[in-house]
Amino acid sequence: MSAKSNPRVGLFLTCLVDAIRPGIGFAAIQLLEEAGCRVEVPQAQTCCGQPALNSGDDKDAADLARRTIAAFEGHDYVVLPSGSCAGTMVHAYPELLAGDPEWAARARDLAARAHEITSFLVDVMGYRPQGRRLDATATYHDSCAGLRELGIAAQPRALLASVEGLEMRGLEGNDVCCGFGGTFCVKYSSISNAIVTEKAEAVERTGADLLLSGDLGCLMNMAGKLHRRGAKTRCFHTIEVVAGRAGGPAIGEEG
Amino acid sequence: MNAPQQGFKERADAELKNAVLKIAIDRTTGNAERKRAVAVAAFPEFQAARARGRAIKDHVIAHLDHYLEMFERNATAAGATVHWASDDAEARAIITRICLEADAKLVTRAKSMLGEEIGLPHALADAGIERVETDLAEHIIQLAGERPSHIVWPAMHRTREQVAILFKEAHHPPPAADDPATMVQSARRELRAKFLGADVGISGANFLVADTGATCTVTNEGNAELTTTPPRIHIVTAGIEKLVPSTAHAFALLRLLVRSATGGEMTQYTTFHCGPKRPGDADGPEEMHIVLVDNGRTRMLADEFRPMLRCIRCGACMNHCVVYRQIGGHAYGGTYPGPMGAVLTPVLDGLAQSRDLPHACTMNGRCAEVCPVEIPLPTLLRAWRTRSWRERLEPRSVRAALGLWAMAARRPWLYRLGSRIGVRALRLFGRRGWIGSLPLVGGWTAYRDLPRPSGRTFMEQYRAGQAGRAGQTGREARK
Ligand code: SF4
Repeated sequence: MSAKSNPRVGLFLTCLVDAIRPGIGFAAIQLLEEAGCRVEVPQAQTCCGQPALNSGDDKDAADLARRTIAAFEGHDYVVLPSGSCAGTMVHAYPELLAGDPEWAARARDLAARAHEITSFLVDVMGYRPQGRRLDATATYHDSCAGLRELGIAAQPRALLASVEGLEMRGLEGNDVCCGFGGTFCVKYSSISNAIVTEKAEAVERTGADLLLSGDLGCLMNMAGKLHRRGAKTRCFHTIEVVAGRAGGPAIGEEG
Repeated sequence: MNAPQQGFKERADAELKNAVLKIAIDRTTGNAERKRAVAVAAFPEFQAARARGRAIKDHVIAHLDHYLEMFERNATAAGATVHWASDDAEARAIITRICLEADAKLVTRAKSMLGEEIGLPHALADAGIERVETDLAEHIIQLAGERPSHIVWPAMHRTREQVAILFKEAHHPPPAADDPATMVQSARRELRAKFLGADVGISGANFLVADTGATCTVTNEGNAELTTTPPRIHIVTAGIEKLVPSTAHAFALLRLLVRSATGGEMTQYTTFHCGPKRPGDADGPEEMHIVLVDNGRTRMLADEFRPMLRCIRCGACMNHCVVYRQIGGHAYGGTYPGPMGAVLTPVLDGLAQSRDLPHACTMNGRCAEVCPVEIPLPTLLRAWRTRSWRERLEPRSVRAALGLWAMAARRPWLYRLGSRIGVRALRLFGRRGWIGSLPLVGGWTAYRDLPRPSGRTFMEQYRAGQAGRAGQTGREARK
């Protein structure tokens, strides 16, 4: 079968999905297979290197970039359930390794094959879910890296529009940062708190049952704040809903 | 010439508790954000104009020596005197010398961020020269003894209500009411008397036009004209990056500047000053001095911060910054706040003094998205982080933790083991899905709950599933 109709896809989990919410990884595998991909989960993967990159530790970041590139060399595509890790592969890797004659081209090659999952499903595979139903109201937060580094906005909405019974409500400031920012939320926790408080207030004002987004870091930040405030909003990764898995426990709910 | 920036976190925490500040910030930046969005939507060629603006600035920066010489030649031919200041101290010395030689007692000043950057208000005070700020917002902060908190609206941290109290104490007679119109009238009465008696007027410049030797100022209050025209001497202070090749280029950038700053199409006043009063002119200063300030700019020319020289000081990046909108401008501690300030302050005051600024950013990219000259602000902030790491300015604990993590991340088996142990350890805390308090990540749990990991790691479950269904890849193996 051709790579086009039945591509070999390497799934990059991301650290947070691996540790905190594996269900997102399984939702990714399910959707990719439904879209006609052969999915593999290379065991040599660890972290994309963002903690080092955002701390200014370019040496460790470049080292992890090389390892990740090597781990995904044979795949037609590399797909990630995170706009921010995908953005790192697409934009940061080629920059980090631009001066490395042995790796610069390989970094560009990976960048061309790496995709955030909702954009991959819609733009590359032309996928829409079939026969999914969820009777609920939901609102959507555009995570910054996906939105601004990769232009992801229409794709998750298109996937969600295919879920019958799901009523989407607009979120005021949907494209404004939630205050997560990786290590920022711990290093400058009081500022981060002020930002996520405004985000939580906006989410609560929608009155939606569900808050959806495409990055687990942002989701944990918003879900954690909503829960602390006593809000009843349930939080899911977009692809959990698209894969029909929103019947299970939401982020922070015990299964 | 700036206060030390150390103590950023303390200042930020104090500002976060200031509820009135938050009201003031939301009013001004919220308004600016809305109006800019309308102005940009009504200007279909905006993206093309941005690219052109950027190209103009890049061209000038690449040929700075050429245009500086051209400007000096033409300004001199028009009768102005051009001075060169390599740093803030030199700029202060030049300006105070001109004032003292003219025996100036009273100086009026039109808002200029460069004046703040070089510490001009203090220098004038030290020289015993009375300074009157003619911009309404600068008048407010002069009365309050403060520094600007925004590059376009220096007094935006003060609400109308607070300003009313300030004016009541300082104006003679005090304003009769505290509606905006009455307060502006009161300030006008207070200030106009001084305008005419000033010996020297000091202004900044939004553009230096190389082929005419003119300097250009834009304001909405007309105060710049009253600062630059009646006094005997007019001094312009400007950073060397303010150069444009011609008047047409200045207008190309003006279209971007005004829309990005206030959402207007044009400022009320756009004035080109070309030399002092000529024979037969009805008014104008007898002497015009132009002080061109480097202060770190040629250094930026040669390093990775070069794109920052494109900045036209519109303030859009701070209006759209989630951090600025929570803590305001003073918390940054430098002359320039917000994203552009977080890039510039380490240049001006040193990274060791200001290492928090490039780190106190979520890297959300909204600033770069709105910047009218396409400055990649997050990339530049990241460049400061890289320097900070290389120069070992990061706390030891951070370096150690990251070193340990990176060591594990290079070894997949160890990383997986670490994740497995971490997940199990996390499950010892909290109850019913949430962790309310946890050592090491107290910054998180002080304000939000942490979702408890749902069970085994993905990799554990995945491999168990693979083993159970040998040969078949994919599907989730639920326990
Ligand atoms: S960096 Fe860009 S957005 Fe910020 S003040 Fe300068 S020109 Fe305006």
